[in-house]
Amino acid sequence: MLNKEVRGKLEKIVGRENLLDSQQDLIVYSYDATPDYQALPDAVIKPRHKEDVAEIVKVCNEYKVPVVPRGSATNLCAGTTPLEGGLVMLFNYMKDIIEIDEENLTVTVQPGVITLDMIKAVEEKGLFYPPDPSSMKISTIGGNINECSGGLRGLKYGVTRDYVIGIEFVMPDGSIVKTGGKLAKDVAGYDLTRLMVGSEGTLGIITEATLKLIPVPETKKTMLALYDSLEAAGNTVSKIISNRIIPATLEFLDQPTIQVVEDFANIGLPTEAGAILLIEQDGPEEVVERDIQRMAEICEETNALSVQIAQSPEEGEALTSARRSALSALARLKPTTILEDATVPRSKIAEMVKAIEEIADKYNVKICTFGHAGDGNLHPTCMTDARNRDEMQRVEQAFEDIFAKAIDMGGTITGEHGVGVMKSPYLSWKVGEAGVEAMRAIKQAFDPNNIMNPGKVFAKDARKRVVVQR
Amino acid sequence: MSVEDSKRKTQIVQDFQSKMDYDELLNCMRCGFCLPSCPTYIETGGDEAASPRGRIALMKAVVDGKMEPDKDFEDQLSLCLGCRACEPACPSGVKYGHLLEEARDILQAKKKHSLPVKFVRRFFFDQVFPHQNRMRTLNSLMWFYQKSGVQKLARATNMTRIAGKNMSTMEKVLPAIPSPLKMKNRPEHIEAEGAVKKKVAFFSGCLMDTVFMETNDATLYLLKKANCEVVIPQTQNCCGALHAHSGEKDTAKELAKKNIEAFEEGDFDYIISNAGGCGALLVEYDYLLKEEPVWKDRAKAFSDKVMDITEILYDAGLPEMELDPQVVTYQDSCHLRNVMRTAAAPRKLLQSIKGVTYMEMKEADQCCGSAGTYNIIEQEMSMQILDHKMANVEKTEAATIVTANPGCLLQMKAGVEREGKRDSMRAVHIVDLLAEAVKYGEKSLQKA
Repeated sequence: MLNKEVRGKLEKIVGRENLLDSQQDLIVYSYDATPDYQALPDAVIKPRHKEDVAEIVKVCNEYKVPVVPRGSATNLCAGTTPLEGGLVMLFNYMKDIIEIDEENLTVTVQPGVITLDMIKAVEEKGLFYPPDPSSMKISTIGGNINECSGGLRGLKYGVTRDYVIGIEFVMPDGSIVKTGGKLAKDVAGYDLTRLMVGSEGTLGIITEATLKLIPVPETKKTMLALYDSLEAAGNTVSKIISNRIIPATLEFLDQPTIQVVEDFANIGLPTEAGAILLIEQDGPEEVVERDIQRMAEICEETNALSVQIAQSPEEGEALTSARRSALSALARLKPTTILEDATVPRSKIAEMVKAIEEIADKYNVKICTFGHAGDGNLHPTCMTDARNRDEMQRVEQAFEDIFAKAIDMGGTITGEHGVGVMKSPYLSWKVGEAGVEAMRAIKQAFDPNNIMNPGKVFAKDARKRVVVQR
Repeated sequence: MSVEDSKRKTQIVQDFQSKMDYDELLNCMRCGFCLPSCPTYIETGGDEAASPRGRIALMKAVVDGKMEPDKDFEDQLSLCLGCRACEPACPSGVKYGHLLEEARDILQAKKKHSLPVKFVRRFFFDQVFPHQNRMRTLNSLMWFYQKSGVQKLARATNMTRIAGKNMSTMEKVLPAIPSPLKMKNRPEHIEAEGAVKKKVAFFSGCLMDTVFMETNDATLYLLKKANCEVVIPQTQNCCGALHAHSGEKDTAKELAKKNIEAFEEGDFDYIISNAGGCGALLVEYDYLLKEEPVWKDRAKAFSDKVMDITEILYDAGLPEMELDPQVVTYQDSCHLRNVMRTAAAPRKLLQSIKGVTYMEMKEADQCCGSAGTYNIIEQEMSMQILDHKMANVEKTEAATIVTANPGCLLQMKAGVEREGKRDSMRAVHIVDLLAEAVKYGEKSLQKA
């Protein structure tokens, strides 16, 4: 519970109605989409504008109260679980699209705007914001920036960080910093914009962002290729890329994932196939036609069982939105679904898929795999039961092996979900001790009192665990 | 906290632990895909506690002993419309409706209502709805009220407002109640007009066969026109939906058993319902009676046959329909869409009417705020939702709002009333409009 003094000061800033601490409020802001993590905050606060944010942070800094900025809590690294209590900060009042600048092709937004709402608003003006995390219907831009979300279009268009060109954020001491702007070029000092993207709320609180937009591609085509195994699908992926074709989307699903997605979406996916590739290309019509034709040939050359091209944009859309439901649909199979996002150079995709299968066998755990085949970002998902502590241990060991394998191949422990708490014990595996120390130094410089989303990114030595939390 | 109060809370926690389906609670992986589908989450400006994910977390916290079932908790579960729009949105397939009903049932059993509320609940839930003859008696009183001039007097003297603004609006939009004699002489069997295409049984419902008797008549007329032979078992009764949704599960089960018995005899392929709210419980009788071995299979056989009227009409086909040129929009019945999963058939039927310009309204799949007894219990939220709904209706410029459930129909009528649009807009039940269109079509044909 907040002490009376802090409470009083916060209430004065936002008004009584915007500082919540009933039993019910604490419970519903104690989690995100990460399995097996839950911790109660001391209170929940709803700032109305950036000045509120700055004032709140000042109080927190003075009294050393942790602050956890939270969008819609769809992240998968326990990034918004308030592990050390303190304040959960909501952006329900800060969800405006401030400006769509059609001359500079930018959009300026507040952090609480829902990703898809913004995407639709810019598309109405013929503009395109490519990052499309599966949760985009629910997630906020603030959350996307803090986690540097990826999505299905990452292969061709990049991820959130490639579109954030300006940020306004509140430092832990309450000062307001503005970085970048509507600029294609800007080398004035350190690139704080890039530093803030993916900082997981550990450096400051984002109160506004300017995002780069591009013209909406003229056409789009979607196709589906069936395989008898995931490995065969992996070979197609490597061959498409080595043929110098960069499709907008190149996703794969293994058999159990196809089954659960079909159970949910009922769109006639081939549930008997060992694996499928979902391929999309966009751009000028003749280019799309040519690429789709060529990719269909490659699929056949690499032993696809069949190749179907979607007959209408609606049919294509149904396929991609079904793919977005994959993770949650897998939750049908077992009570607990633990998803990772180990990523490897895309040439290694078939090899990594095979390694995951072997690791699952070794530890006798059930792992389904789907993900962004084109950019090497895999989503091995383990179906388990958090109540079965013995199995949970094996799951943890399996994921450790997967991380180790990914790094051996020149990959990383997380491609798009962030480190949070889930992967903090493994951060040094990827960036080295010196890398972790450099990051710590940055954190220390920004946030000497460690109030900004404490307990994230940097592991406490004592807890070298990924999924089991005691 | 009084000793009695704390005892009650302990008892609720124990009941939650023994009765709530923990696997189902765990099945929610908290991805949040349900949030944009939840009317109360949207209307509260994104209050997680008023979302399905939040409510599941609260129920789980009570089971886990991490939260005491306080007033906030009860209020939050009461605020849920029970529209179940979160279910089709949930990739994990969480049966939120079942969790909600179980939780409400536990809270209801331990609830201490004030005397008047207790009286009203017992009167309606135990004494009226389950007995079709009493439904008729009560409606005969309503008929007397409407016909005798008492209604005029009550309205003129503003007496109706005593019951609250909502109830007063509702009183205005109630249809003309059929005479006691008409309510008593209901048909038992209807022949198909031509060669028999389908054999069906009709679930007539308690409200539908009294207050909305004309809609039931239109339903039978349409079935006949679609060449269906219809039987109407006379021993059937209220479906029990209002009971099940209000934490009166035991009575709901009793009613279910009587209906299952009533429909076990006879030669028919489907049991047809014309009210989304009833149909949705009928298709879940097997779930309702899942713990009763003797009834489980019988319930399943019953539930498997249940089908909405629009599905059979679309399937069997109606004669050519026509209406005066008008813009028509359709408001989904939540339970028809989210539980029975019927959404395309009504739209296709409406689009097939000559003269009708069909305009889909924004968020037609979202609850209108009627939700059984919700518009009486949670008036404020209900009206907030209705006002948003009406704004979406107006954008379509529709003259006719079509619904598929009596609760929705009354709510949309109340919406028309609230907007002062009585002269330019009407709300109708889909079968009434279809019957009108079939009759109109026949006339045009004769003229030609």
